[in-house]
Amino acid sequence: MTFFKQAGAIFWKDVLTEFRTKDALTSMLLFGLLVILMFHFAFEPDSLETERLGPGLLWMTFLFAGLLGMNRAFAGERENDGLQGLKLAPISWGAIYLGKMLANLCFMLLVEAVILFCFATFFNFNLLPRLGWMCGITLLGTLGFASIGTILAAISMNTRMSDVMLPILLLPIALPVVIGAVESTAAIFTDPPGEALGFWVKFLVAFNIIFITLPLMMFEYVLEE
Amino acid sequence: MADGSVVRLDKVEKWFGRTSALQGVDLTVQSGEFLVFLGRNGAGKSTLLRVVARLIKPNSGHVEVCGIDVLRYPEAGREKLGFVAHSSYLYRNLTAFENLQFFARLYGLSNAEDRINKALRWVGLEKSALRPIHGFSRGMQQRLSIARATLHDPEVLLLDEPFSGLDLEASELLEEWLESFVAIGKTVLMATHDLEQGLQGARRWVFVDQGKIAEELKGTDADIRDQYKRFLKEKRRDVF
Repeated sequence: MTFFKQAGAIFWKDVLTEFRTKDALTSMLLFGLLVILMFHFAFEPDSLETERLGPGLLWMTFLFAGLLGMNRAFAGERENDGLQGLKLAPISWGAIYLGKMLANLCFMLLVEAVILFCFATFFNFNLLPRLGWMCGITLLGTLGFASIGTILAAISMNTRMSDVMLPILLLPIALPVVIGAVESTAAIFTDPPGEALGFWVKFLVAFNIIFITLPLMMFEYVLEE
Repeated sequence: MADGSVVRLDKVEKWFGRTSALQGVDLTVQSGEFLVFLGRNGAGKSTLLRVVARLIKPNSGHVEVCGIDVLRYPEAGREKLGFVAHSSYLYRNLTAFENLQFFARLYGLSNAEDRINKALRWVGLEKSALRPIHGFSRGMQQRLSIARATLHDPEVLLLDEPFSGLDLEASELLEEWLESFVAIGKTVLMATHDLEQGLQGARRWVFVDQGKIAEELKGTDADIRDQYKRFLKEKRRDVF
């Protein structure tokens, strides 16, 4: 229980800081909206094309907007050497990972909710009948992305050109979660939902279990000097 | 701990790649001592403090804080420690109160609000409690950093070049706080390359060089100054 309280304290600190500065949220949101807008003018898609291209387009937007947020995840800890302060506290360093991962997840989900709304508006696509599934898949896909992204953001934090290093490390490893999220979104964009939906949802669940457990166990080694 | 030692290091070695940062360091610090690590930049003083705080894992050796093996139980060991460095470890967009509240939560402190208010009064920042700290001067940030490091009432305070960047008034305040901290039976370990700062309030001085405790300096302030200068001169001769 103490572990979760400590992770909760880090989550609270990150959320409070972000809502005060709005550094990550503003850049993620602006970037996401611009991408959706540009795709809208580039394709002017009809409903069939939206069914075909929409899932990939949505997840690419989520992914790149999320990358901007991930790059900021440990930026606050660099000022005044905040990470050292966290490491000096009598807590498991896994709690630092969990708190930061949950904060990243929260920011990404907020931005994705706005992007989804804009996608449905600009592409004239009725998301309401699929809203439950869409929320579930978005949560699973984003959780997987945030879990890998957070540990890789910690690894790349102290590298030269960390802003470039993070996407180079993250995108190949996050590929399975992107494929799973795109495929399951594609399955719910058709009416009735495709048969593959069950498989891809199970795939995302399994991926999340592995990629939340592993970083929790490995984070001590990542922070070790 | 049975012999009254609060910090004990046995044959501690640390390598960064092929570079040896600590070479078989043995040290025992008794409760209530104010010990200063003196030495040039890169001598291993900060590494020594970071090993005690278990921020760095040594390659070999044994480290105990208040009888706790910090290599096996780092979290229990850190509970007994406070750490003040040149960096404040604070969050500039949070207020002074919120910063301390965050650390109180991490340390799982009961009566957090009372402790925070008391700590803020102690460092003279009670009137600035609700201000984000990005508007604080370096001295104010360092005072808040001391409040952060002592909020959980640690047995041992580790200080790594805490005076750097402080003006005269802030330095004098810090010296007074350190003396009052030692006066209540707590232990202070401080690393500095500034001999004059190291002489204030301390009772024991060790000269660190090339990752080893080269010698313990003894005598009056004037003797310590002479020994320290002699050491630095010898080391300069070794280099050239």
